[in-house]
Amino acid sequence: MSQPIVQFLDVTKRFGDFVAVKNLNLDIYPGEFVAIMGPSGCGKTTTLRMLAGLEVPSDGDIFLDGEIMNEVSPHERDTPLVWQSLALFPFLNVRENVEFGLKMRGIQADERCLRAAKWLERMEIKAFSERNVDSLSGGQRQRVALARALVIEPKILLLDEPLSALDAHLVIRMQQVLTRLQRELGITFVYVTHSQSEAFAMADRVVIMGDGEIAQVGRPRDIYREPGNRFVAEFVGRNNIVTGKIESVAQNTAAISTSMGVFTVTVTEDQRIQVGIDATFVIAADLVRLTNTKPEADNVIACSLISEEFVGSVVTLFLESVDGHEFKVQLQERYLAEIDLKSDGSLFLSWPSASAHLLPV
Amino acid sequence: MDPRPITKWMFYGYIAIVFSFIFLPIIASVVFSFNSQRFPTVPLGTFSTVWYETILTDSDVWDAAKTSIIVALCTSVIATFIGFCTAYADYRYRFFGKSGFLALALLPPTIPLIIMALAMLAWFARMGISGQVWSVIAAHTVLTIPFAMAIIRLRLNDIDPQLEAAAWNLGATEWVAVRNIILPFSKPAIIASLCLTAAVSFDEFAVAWFVAGLNKTIPVLIMEIVTGNIDPQVNAIGSFVFLTSMTLVVLAQLLLMKRLGRKWRGR
Repeated sequence: MSQPIVQFLDVTKRFGDFVAVKNLNLDIYPGEFVAIMGPSGCGKTTTLRMLAGLEVPSDGDIFLDGEIMNEVSPHERDTPLVWQSLALFPFLNVRENVEFGLKMRGIQADERCLRAAKWLERMEIKAFSERNVDSLSGGQRQRVALARALVIEPKILLLDEPLSALDAHLVIRMQQVLTRLQRELGITFVYVTHSQSEAFAMADRVVIMGDGEIAQVGRPRDIYREPGNRFVAEFVGRNNIVTGKIESVAQNTAAISTSMGVFTVTVTEDQRIQVGIDATFVIAADLVRLTNTKPEADNVIACSLISEEFVGSVVTLFLESVDGHEFKVQLQERYLAEIDLKSDGSLFLSWPSASAHLLPV
Repeated sequence: MDPRPITKWMFYGYIAIVFSFIFLPIIASVVFSFNSQRFPTVPLGTFSTVWYETILTDSDVWDAAKTSIIVALCTSVIATFIGFCTAYADYRYRFFGKSGFLALALLPPTIPLIIMALAMLAWFARMGISGQVWSVIAAHTVLTIPFAMAIIRLRLNDIDPQLEAAAWNLGATEWVAVRNIILPFSKPAIIASLCLTAAVSFDEFAVAWFVAGLNKTIPVLIMEIVTGNIDPQVNAIGSFVFLTSMTLVVLAQLLLMKRLGRKWRGR
């Protein structure tokens, strides 16, 4: 692979006693769409701000395009950021907002105008170029913010939860705009978000952060199917998490005894497993089968319905086993009619051993 | 508010009383300034502009007006500049002793004017610069900086904190960001501050009286006239001062209301 465009080497950021980012090591490659995701206060925005030069790392080094950037002030970097609040300049019109970065780079008025016009057209906001930014809709303002950042033709674009203020239908629309833009420009996007759907929908690689540290880095599907630890398993998606003790190991299958019985999990050879140690496995909610009759399968739990959550084509059912463990099942809405949803413990969950993922010990 | 009409009328009555206490003396002064009689008594004489003619030909009044205008203009510019810097320091930075710094910056209006005036006089006399136009300007600047700072600080509190950082991010140095982002954003508050500090300086009597020496400002001149005798030209000067100050204050108020108006529309 080519040289990374961004390198974090053991980067730590402290604010007084509070450690916002701990020993961060991360390489980002040219042309990648990387999403940094995590709950609020996990250090994802601080990481982005350090990349833009708005925060100086307390320890460690940040490289951008092979050059050390620790002490380089923000205005000397080409790392435009699309802000959560968009931060459009309210006393400038749309065109002047877009031209701002060019003006700061000492580019003459006529060329500024030309280059801004190109981006205004590309973002489909040319018609508003002389309008005040306050008079635009949320989606249009978003496009102004993107044009303003991209007009300086950077190698990397930073985005700090730019879609969090938009309506749901606009979010989907802007996600498409962003992924297409990134593919067409071929530049690196670093996208900070707390939204799993945004990160998974757009990113080539997702970095999950918790408590100032990287919890897992990987492709969205790998993270979704094979969470690396309990934090990721809990943070990502709708996972059922079960803990127990390893009872026996035979070839590529481990049997794990829990308070709800013994379950089998498919394991890979590189997972170091010993009989008797504590183990946690995860079954994604969409891989669980739900039936009214007890199936002939290895992994079966009897349970009752607690509640359901309907979001269009997919329904999430919340169930409870006899000993009070909560399970989530996700299924297509059209299959709902085939099941008699009862709350008397006569529903059965089952899954094949290969669907369960054993968390690394 | 209480929907009962009696409460409503009592409230209106109260407002009317407050306003009449404030404005009746001023209105009386304006009325008497156009009165042909020398003594301010009812019934009035005929309508006359004789007192305005007197002040227009009086070189003392002209000198005082000139001093007052120079002092007000210089004071407003210097106080607004320092007030802006103080407000920006408060907006932008966190530093040790910031609350102490703010308390000190906002302290001058809480000191009784007479104490302030005496202290100023003693200090200027010690330095040998008392009795000059510049000493009045310096004293008035000290008095009005807190007003300038308060007004501009209010405006800076409204700014999106990401705005300035966005300018740096797009290549603006800190100076350029202040000039291109902070100053345009603060413009209404800066103009309001210029008006208000000029108005305060133009009206101020106690400190000016102590430190002005022979460079009398208008309020000092009025005081000298009324201590000597009853002279209706004071009413004419007073009307002129009232008009100037009111214009400045109303202008400042309009600018600040425009700011609020935009904020409300945004909701």
